[in-house]
Amino acid sequence: MLTLREIKNLLSGELLTPEMNLEMECPRVFASDLMSDVLAFMDPGSILVTGLVNTHVIRTARLADVTAIVFVQGKRPDAMVMNEAKLHNLPIISTSCSMFEACSRISRSFPDGGR
Amino acid sequence: MNEENAYQQEFQVKGGDFTRAGEVSCEIKNLLKELGLSAPIVRRAAIAAYEAEMNIIMYAWQGRLDLSVTPDRVRIVVEDKGPGIQDVELALSEGYSTATPEMRELGFGAGMGLPNIKKNTDDFRIVSEVGRGTRLEMTFLGNGHKP
Ligand SMILES: Nc1ncnc2c1ncn2[C@@H]1O[C@H](COP(=O)(O)OP(=O)(O)OP(=O)(O)O)[C@@H](O)[C@H]1O
Ligand SMILES: [Mg+2]
Repeated sequence: MLTLREIKNLLSGELLTPEMNLEMECPRVFASDLMSDVLAFMDPGSILVTGLVNTHVIRTARLADVTAIVFVQGKRPDAMVMNEAKLHNLPIISTSCSMFEACSRISRSFPDGGR
Repeated sequence: MNEENAYQQEFQVKGGDFTRAGEVSCEIKNLLKELGLSAPIVRRAAIAAYEAEMNIIMYAWQGRLDLSVTPDRVRIVVEDKGPGIQDVELALSEGYSTATPEMRELGFGAGMGLPNIKKNTDDFRIVSEVGRGTRLEMTFLGNGHKP
């Protein structure tokens, strides 16, 4: 099983919440820009890969038990969004990979594709 | 605890207030955790509360969530003053949405909210009156193992 650190490395990602633990295992990954779908279909404990950067992503992550968020396409949330993530101990990774590239890199390293 | 001395709390939600969207549901989630409910019921109630809270923010003018908790069940009654829903059955079907492009840009408007509430509750009732508002009654049973 991949750890969050391994996922970050696969994506050449940058950890935007530096003081957080990356050794947790990531059994599931869910990719979507639609928070409605995250709420309806994501398994609890998943990593969320998304291109949407706003407070609703953080709120949705808190409510649906997301373990960490990966923002694709080099996107970075603003300070307000980051503060909320830090306050709630939610690791945030930013990668320059596209959504497709990020997902395919991760899924190549998952025996069952992460779903 | 029995019906009379259930833990109860009321939360207000303002229509159109997107910046605070989800705050009430996060508060409810924390409360349920503190009350010692199991992780699955906490998650189901939090998700359903959030879908209901978002619908007030997106479509209604003013609303409230009334939470009541006993050891074996969580109940959330959601009532809003708003335009109401013309065809409740249609609104309950997956994919039906009247969300604006702005709401879709925020990540909502897939038409999954009401179906998702139904999926996460053990009992769900909805009544709506056009021009007045909508009322949801959601019950979550502690021993339920719904997805
Ligand atoms: N409280 C409400 N007041 C008025 N109309 C509502 C209310 N809740 C839902 N509706 C109507 O029912 C439709 C379906 O609601 P539902 O929550 O299932 O999907 P959505 O809000 O459009 O998208 P999503 O919940 O996936 O973000 C809405 O688009 C809206 O037209
Ligand atoms: Mg909705």
